[in-house]
Amino acid sequence: MEHFLDFSVISDNFTYFMIGRFPHGPLGGVGLTMYLAVVACILSFFGGLILGLLSISRFYFVRYPALAFINLVRGMPLLMVIFWMYFLMPALFGKVAENNTVIMALTLFTSAYMSRIVVAGIEGIPKGQTEAAVSTGLAPWQVMLYIVLPQGLRNMIPSFVNQFVSLIKDTSLAFIVGVSELTHVATQINNRTMAFPTEIFMFIALVYFIICYAFTSLSRWLEGRLSWSKVT
Amino acid sequence: MIIFQGVHKWFKDLHVLNDINLHITSGEVLVVCGPSGSGKSTLIRTINELEPISDGKLIVDGMDLSDKSTDINKLRAEIGFVFQQFNLYPHLSVIRNITLAPTKIRKMSKKDAEDEAMLLLTRVGLADKRNAYPTQLSGGQQQRVAIARALAMKPRIMLFDEPTSALDPEMIGEVLEVMKDLARSGMTMVVVTHEMGFAREVAHRVAFMADGIILEKAAPEEFFLRPQHPRAQQFLRQLLTPMQAESNGSNFSHHHTKEDVK
Ligand SMILES: Nc1ncnc2c1ncn2[C@@H]1O[C@H](COP(=O)(O)OP(=O)(O)O)[C@@H](O)[C@H]1O
Ligand SMILES: [Mg+2]
Repeated sequence: MEHFLDFSVISDNFTYFMIGRFPHGPLGGVGLTMYLAVVACILSFFGGLILGLLSISRFYFVRYPALAFINLVRGMPLLMVIFWMYFLMPALFGKVAENNTVIMALTLFTSAYMSRIVVAGIEGIPKGQTEAAVSTGLAPWQVMLYIVLPQGLRNMIPSFVNQFVSLIKDTSLAFIVGVSELTHVATQINNRTMAFPTEIFMFIALVYFIICYAFTSLSRWLEGRLSWSKVT
Repeated sequence: MIIFQGVHKWFKDLHVLNDINLHITSGEVLVVCGPSGSGKSTLIRTINELEPISDGKLIVDGMDLSDKSTDINKLRAEIGFVFQQFNLYPHLSVIRNITLAPTKIRKMSKKDAEDEAMLLLTRVGLADKRNAYPTQLSGGQQQRVAIARALAMKPRIMLFDEPTSALDPEMIGEVLEVMKDLARSGMTMVVVTHEMGFAREVAHRVAFMADGIILEKAAPEEFFLRPQHPRAQQFLRQLLTPMQAESNGSNFSHHHTKEDVK
């Protein structure tokens, strides 16, 4: 092995990098990374929507706790939240799979950020829309449901995709609690083979980059496609 | 039908409505005019509580707006409001713009609501646009859809806040025609407008506002021929002389769009 770079370590372990021991064992590698990101993304979409709506509620006893929670989470490193969930959830609910503690942590963390996107999306809808809708007699919740959210969510899609890209990168922190996503798989293979850290970490950097770049491009493309030709 | 008794409105320190006393009877068409910033929009917006009043008494269709227990959504359903900027819902087709409120509030079936909407669209001359989206329509067409949308709730009162000020001159006529028809059908209407032709033809009374005060209330011919207050005389002079000359070009509408957009 006199070569400067020897990528045979990648090709030898390629399936393991991509899907871990699946289908004979648990999903791992890129597959698990995407699984964590997708599930957490779907959950934090709803989490962010609910938190966002609560944080602009007319009632202060709803609004204040929501804002406190959002600010608390945003003021914490994600790694902390992951540790918290890792130790807290089993204490509260008995045995919880590590994957799920990580999904929970990512969801809590991302929901707080998504809620700001939701609020910005709602506030971006011209006031005339709400005024026209309430003038026909629609109740505030109906205005939100039929007029503001449909328009707002559409405007939020590019930001949601960006948030999803952050999530993909954030899943790498899950390696610290032994969840075998891509970064964890890489450290495992590195520990086992010892000789190819450069190759291994170059490779996973490239994998992260390709996935994230694809979604960032998608987001940029959507931004162009989704803008209303002209509103009001 | 609409009774203002000593109504005041402040925006912080700004006294926008100053002791408004006004009695609008059922079937009356009232035109409100006055210089920009005089409080016309604020006045008309208090009637469906888009702006709550600060002091005084306001009774609309038998409901007291100063009373907290008044069901404001119910009242708004009885009042149509037409905006300067149309405010159609851009994500919904023309027909859905019109049927949304009747189906959600009046619990009408989709079929019945659409049948009624088609009658209204025919009335405003846009039956062929039922599946179009607002952005595909001209300003005049959008405003006519907005009127149809307001009418779909079968309101007892219609409010118009400068409905033609954002329109290109060649589209003003089509919207005024629809409004004149409505006025002749006996609808109670409050119309903020500088279209004096409209006022002459169908208004029963004209109210002139300046600095939050209604300075003059009179029948249209009375108001146009013998304005009493100096501010009203000055306003009419400005409206009829320099702007009349410009109104052939597009300056007229641009001028108003800009200053009233806020
Ligand atoms: N939401 C608001 N907050 C503060 N000031 C306002 C608000 N709406 C209107 N105003 C002010 O109140 C005055 C009257 O406004 P408006 O009723 O829109 O006049 P008009 O329709 O006659 O042009 C203006 O000076 C305007 O700047
Ligand atoms: Mg105005």
